[in-house]
Amino acid sequence: MSELRPDLAAIAAMIRPGARVLDVGCGDGALLEHLKTKNVDGRGIEISQANVNACVARGLAVVQGDADTDLVDYPAQVFDAVILSQTIQATEKPRAVLDHLLRIGRRVAISLPNFGYWKVRLSLLAGGRMPRTNTLDYSWWATPNIHLCTLADFVDLTRECGATIVEAHALNDNGTTAKMNPASLTHGYLGPNLFAQGGVFLLKKS
Amino acid sequence: MTEAPRFLRPVTTPSADVGMAVTFEAPLPLDCGRELAPFTVAYMTYGTLNADKSNAILICHALTGDQFVASDHPLTGKQGWWITMVGPGKPIDTDRFFVICSNVIGGCMGSTGPAEIDPSDGNPWGLNFPVVTIPDMVRAQKRLVEHLGIDKLLAVVGGSMGGMQALQWAASYPDCVRAVVPIACAARHSAQNIAFHEVGRQAIMADPDWQGGEYLLHNTKPSKGLAVARMAAHITYVSEMALQRKFGRALQNRDAKSFQFTPDFQIESYLHHQGASFVDRFDANSYLYITRAMDYFDLAEEHGGQLSDVFRLNSARFCIVAFTSDWLFPPVENKRIAHALNAVAAQVSFVEIKSDKGHDAFLLDEPEMFATVRGFLNHAAQDLS
Repeated sequence: MSELRPDLAAIAAMIRPGARVLDVGCGDGALLEHLKTKNVDGRGIEISQANVNACVARGLAVVQGDADTDLVDYPAQVFDAVILSQTIQATEKPRAVLDHLLRIGRRVAISLPNFGYWKVRLSLLAGGRMPRTNTLDYSWWATPNIHLCTLADFVDLTRECGATIVEAHALNDNGTTAKMNPASLTHGYLGPNLFAQGGVFLLKKS
Repeated sequence: MTEAPRFLRPVTTPSADVGMAVTFEAPLPLDCGRELAPFTVAYMTYGTLNADKSNAILICHALTGDQFVASDHPLTGKQGWWITMVGPGKPIDTDRFFVICSNVIGGCMGSTGPAEIDPSDGNPWGLNFPVVTIPDMVRAQKRLVEHLGIDKLLAVVGGSMGGMQALQWAASYPDCVRAVVPIACAARHSAQNIAFHEVGRQAIMADPDWQGGEYLLHNTKPSKGLAVARMAAHITYVSEMALQRKFGRALQNRDAKSFQFTPDFQIESYLHHQGASFVDRFDANSYLYITRAMDYFDLAEEHGGQLSDVFRLNSARFCIVAFTSDWLFPPVENKRIAHALNAVAAQVSFVEIKSDKGHDAFLLDEPEMFATVRGFLNHAAQDLS
């Protein structure tokens, strides 16, 4: 099995063995397959047909669908954890999606890119062009990432949705992750909101 | 098993070889309250059943299909109707799997149906044949599967009405099936679909040669009515886009409009051909009965409309396949099944394949469908070993 992407590894560590998990935007199923080693009963939603086929061939239970429109069909509190990795910024209604995730799962594990990362800020400030980084490598007119935010913005949204942050990890440039105090994201100008390339959060409904 | 299968039996399609057939003496209870006894199930098998009988896959055919899924049709001489899906090295690989396909009861390719002889009076059943349902069809298949000595099927696969049967298998015999592949189907027949079926049935019954359903006694055949039924139905099997692409407004064998009512347009003559070739191989009363069975299909009915409850504690895994341009069983209907399964934590995958070929896509060359089914079945078989 190939090595998991750092944010997925951080999410995997948040999932209890034997849990029932829904991975929204599960891609080719790498995380779900990895979670099988923890006896996790995993399900996926994935928008790309090719990816769904890859998942089916791996023996995973994956439904082709769209987070923006399909989460409404999932009953409340049936999953121990719902995962949304590097996807919220590409949804049409991030607030509604997050509300649904908190409704469907007892815990929500979510990773996202940080638009407050210093390289992004510098790129816009110095270059005067929409930033392109190795994690957000699209022209402004072609990007699927229509709702980018900073980690601080995201923390605000979790409050807005009535969620508590159980755990937070900064995703660093070099692929490492570090535990962070969510308060450090919204107070002061320095800290992970400037230095982290992305974040991984474990949320629960307050 | 108490039933002694009999392999020799007269079949009313005189020149047709129906493959294999088994007649059961013990009655088949039907949803309508009547029972069928004796009854015959005509079937074909492909591949070899392994020693522990764990590699059997049942394929369920659609409204006008039959048991000749992967071998030449004895009446038309045409290739099996799913030769792209079933065969050596194909997604449903007969080098690995033992494939069973049987004609549904109510059908006209050797299984007991309205064209067969009613043992009580020696005449063809006609409309005296009991109205059968999808669960009845599956009950008959279960008897065949038991007869073949198989306790648990590796998979049940089917498209359209075949998909309904696959779902019914999971609902009726959850412990007898490991994997279920319903393709281009729904958990209930929609009002629109019932409406189209009723048009077809009325066309048949309006044909004077139908003779109140007793045409076999009168040596007539309601070919015109059955052809019209097929023509109307065929429109629902293809997408508007595919019809436009294939035929457009092109004229048939003429340079100008005729200002008459003979077929001017290619699409007209295509439909006429579809109708005419259908009546040679299909029984009109069978068409009435099988369309009725589809109309009556509503898997959640017994559960107060709660589809999820049908699948509670179901340990089978499901792979549901839909096609974007299918307006007979649109993706949303297929997806409803996936959501119901998800709600009770069943193992379900759902794939929506981009195709402009309409409902018939499931019978055609759809590489993504093949890849999905192959991957799913491989994994289902692998988990077993």
